Amino acid sequence: MNLQQIIDALNLTILTEKKDFSLIEPASGYTSDLLSCVMAGAAKQGIWVTLQSHGNIVAVAALLDLCAIIITEDAKPDAATISKANEEGIIMLATSEKSFSVCGQLWSLGLRGG
Amino acid sequence: MDEGTPRPLERVVTDRDAESITRVEELAYDLRIAEVMSRDAKFVVTDMKMGDVLELFRQLRISGSPVLDGDKLVGIVSMEDLIRCLRDDELDAPVSKYMTTTLITVRSTDSVIEALKLFVNTRVGRLPVVAEDGKLIGILTKGDITRGLLRALQQDYQTEEIRKYRASHLFEDIESDRTSLILRYNIKQGDFTRGGTASSHIKRALVRLGASPLIARRCGIAIYEAEMNLIIHTTNGGVIRVEIEPHQITIDVTDTGPGIKDIDEAMRPGYSTATEAIRELGFGAGMGLVNISRCVDQMKLESVFGQGTRLRMRMFLKPEDTFGEGPTSGKDTAHEPATNH
Repeated sequence: MNLQQIIDALNLTILTEKKDFSLIEPASGYTSDLLSCVMAGAAKQGIWVTLQSHGNIVAVAALLDLCAIIITEDAKPDAATISKANEEGIIMLATSEKSFSVCGQLWSLGLRGG
Repeated sequence: MDEGTPRPLERVVTDRDAESITRVEELAYDLRIAEVMSRDAKFVVTDMKMGDVLELFRQLRISGSPVLDGDKLVGIVSMEDLIRCLRDDELDAPVSKYMTTTLITVRSTDSVIEALKLFVNTRVGRLPVVAEDGKLIGILTKGDITRGLLRALQQDYQTEEIRKYRASHLFEDIESDRTSLILRYNIKQGDFTRGGTASSHIKRALVRLGASPLIARRCGIAIYEAEMNLIIHTTNGGVIRVEIEPHQITIDVTDTGPGIKDIDEAMRPGYSTATEAIRELGFGAGMGLVNISRCVDQMKLESVFGQGTRLRMRMFLKPEDTFGEGPTSGKDTAHEPATNH
């Protein structure tokens, strides 16, 4: 399943630059709002579901080579965070849904933990 | 530009916009039209018959051409003009009768973004490119711009490859009994907006030096945690010092206080002294030091409460992971067999 299918299925808002998301195949999923737990638990090329939206999530995602961050519950990253994500090539997506529901949908699409 | 050129809409770039400008947009500002235009512009002359223009377009598979009178650019003739001419059944008429004389031109020294604005605002398919003296020197289509941008992006990519290649030879090219590269980063207390910058830079440096992705990732994670600790917990920030040797990476993180009261307690998973505000940002999980110990081969944490803390981490590189080929530089390590390639 590619990222475009996920974006369509979950009706996600794309916060960073548009690109051909159908070429990106997320390997796994992970959720936590504690950055050190993400550091310890998220696998490479994974999708990270969080309601954190400050600039540090980009650094975390970049260091872990994650492919995308889904920011839940309408949390809004600021412009500096978005431009930092573009710089680092991290895709940021947003939704008004809660993390629990996003994870449930990702799971039913076939995504598993790394 | 010639008279009659509609003024392109001025784009005011605010600081906020500037931050989100992509590399492609940046290139569109950097690249000059001369670098992307087609130089062998086909042209027709004013007294040429429209029937011959039709034939020329068909042969060359083009859909428009500048019109010259002597060496002066006087118009543009396009497929649309040809259609008007066919409708009037006047293929014997001269080009001058049907050409478009409202000239929209660009200068070869303009940046590509100016041409892009014109394409958007005027809907023309091609732009004649003129020199300072007004003489036609080329033609520009959107296709030329796309090709030019792709070429420039490819160059960007190659530059990064070359940078990586050069850096990875650093250790091979320099002869000494023990070569090391030292990187230093000063981290400010409370500087959350730059949090993770030093670790990202270090990770990138390691990749450029030829470190395996796994080693770069482990170092990145360990240094990130240490960097955030300096930002969150110190009185005056601190310093990260990374010493890269062909066979090992040594990371020293020092600060001047406040120091850790009980190191055993600090090492316990889940233990944190972070404030509620810090925890709300997702820090203070009490996992930082635990993560570090999982990522590095050796870790030593020393602290005197009231004075400061020193965290020393080490990664030993397996023979296949070593930087460069330095059998001589591996001799002082007691932990790993000397590399032999």
